Amino acid sequence: MVVGSVRRERAVMSARLALLLLGAAVMVVPFAYMLVTSFKPNALVLEVPPQFIPHHPTSANYVQAWTSNKFEHYFFNSLTVAAVTTALSVLLSSMMAYAFARFRFPGRRLLFGLLLIGLMVPTMMLIIPQFLLAKHLHLLDSLSGLVFFYTGGTLALNTFLLRSFFQDIPRELEEAMVVDGAGPWKRYRRLIMPLSRPALATVAIFSFLASWDEFVWALTIINDPDKRTLPIAIALFQGQHSTSWGLVFAASAIAVVPVIAIFIAFQRQFVSGITSGALKA
Amino acid sequence: MPPNRLTDFSNSSSPSVRRSAAALRLREVSRSRIGFQERAAPYLFLAPGFFLFTLVVLYPIARAFQISLYKWALVPGVASDFIGLSNYSRAIHDPIFWRALTNTGVYMAVTVPAQIVIGMAVAVLLDARMPARAFFRTIYYLPVVTSWVVVSLLFRYLFLTNGGLINWVLHDGMHVTPHNVDWLGQRWTAMAAISVLGVWKGIGWSMIIFLAALQTVPRDLHEAAAVDGASAWRRFRAVSLPAIRAIVAFVFVMLVIGGFNVFISVLLMTHGGPLDETQVLLTYMYQQAFSFLDFGYGSAIAFTLTMIVLALSVAQLRLFRRPGEVG
Repeated sequence: MVVGSVRRERAVMSARLALLLLGAAVMVVPFAYMLVTSFKPNALVLEVPPQFIPHHPTSANYVQAWTSNKFEHYFFNSLTVAAVTTALSVLLSSMMAYAFARFRFPGRRLLFGLLLIGLMVPTMMLIIPQFLLAKHLHLLDSLSGLVFFYTGGTLALNTFLLRSFFQDIPRELEEAMVVDGAGPWKRYRRLIMPLSRPALATVAIFSFLASWDEFVWALTIINDPDKRTLPIAIALFQGQHSTSWGLVFAASAIAVVPVIAIFIAFQRQFVSGITSGALKA
Repeated sequence: MPPNRLTDFSNSSSPSVRRSAAALRLREVSRSRIGFQERAAPYLFLAPGFFLFTLVVLYPIARAFQISLYKWALVPGVASDFIGLSNYSRAIHDPIFWRALTNTGVYMAVTVPAQIVIGMAVAVLLDARMPARAFFRTIYYLPVVTSWVVVSLLFRYLFLTNGGLINWVLHDGMHVTPHNVDWLGQRWTAMAAISVLGVWKGIGWSMIIFLAALQTVPRDLHEAAAVDGASAWRRFRAVSLPAIRAIVAFVFVMLVIGGFNVFISVLLMTHGGPLDETQVLLTYMYQQAFSFLDFGYGSAIAFTLTMIVLALSVAQLRLFRRPGEVG
């Protein structure tokens, strides 16, 4: 009886693992195939049957992707935009979150309600008026136009996430600082911010990746080839060299690898960020 | 804390200082200054962020509706004509709008249930003491963190008619199809390919939320049901599912909203073609606005969509809000 149940448990676990492995293969194979293709010479990317391990792997696509078409330049455009957006968004949203979490003031419910509306309205719906606004503010065709709208677009979600974290910081700590005569700014700087590093990391990672990957807004307002970001460059690679799949995927790999590295390094923050919104809602 | 504070405190004579002992000790700083500082603080903290948020998000929401009421003239100095709801009635009589709406609906009908069912299945499989759990979670989540641009180009390559991996597997490998399928060249096969991408990219997200929710279900409930001889399926139906119903509803609403937002994959895989056959609402809106420069009509489509999405979100908040939220 006992032996039977152990055997049964083993069988269940094996079935579980087998199913999960099958699913994992479906998740990974497209990425693996992309990497394989990026190491193939261009003549072989559409060969039938496909070579799953290239007979003559070449790094030519990577060299060409990185050196041609100012790709390096686009990489640094993306990096700059994402870094500045992240810094601004973390600063502004943590300040707003502090106000919502720790102060009672007239208009608080109204302002928070407006913020929630911003959280619900998908960004794509606003692209036409945002375009007209950017035109009016002379922000078309500039990296600051990207930063300005990316930062504004991330504020609602970041404030929402940080607020619920700030609310869990014990009030006694802040009261102790009040006793020492610390004003609101000092409490925010010296107490709330240092105690919220994990939440700030989550928010920073989300903001960074959101602007690193953003495509549609950049496609819409950037015309000047010097101002392109990586996603635009990759999509145009595909347009310009419609058959150079090796090149497209070498460029894609260059853009994706940092993202995956960040994700694997900061998994805990990711999971907590994604689920805290859902489980608290 | 310097000891003289305490003596200062004992000398305190101001009766109207707030009741908390902490606030009482702030006597040495003028009371009105502190009061003003503390009252102004939230507004000062909010000001810069809220200004940007208003400019970039709130103002455009109002503006979207306004633009949709005009035959919008892009040329500076030329007045736009106010045409009331004409852009909306134009949508109602536009067969491509209806096709785009249908395609969006089909995309949702396929991807939403698939993401919920498969995401839930993976979450249930992972919700146990087992080896390599973190590894699996990471693998299933990889497509979620990868940019839409990259995966859309990747799936376009996989679904190529000649030389694509999918046709090679189906035709040359398994002989399921008699010839290579022109996946992206026809309406329904293209929508199928786009939906496959949507499901593949989205499973990890629903999985991770379901997994977190399942872990909040008390273990002893499960064990009690198991002792009573309930099968795994019954335990899932009777114990887990009722406990995480609100989360399932949340994921459902978010996925429906996500379905309305399908855009980059369609743009990069078919560009809405051939001949507008695979247009979805957002590709059609984008084409009207930025290819044909018809901002009024584009805004009408966008605003219709915004209203649908807002109604869904509010319904979700109303139905599943928990106590303790602001408001």
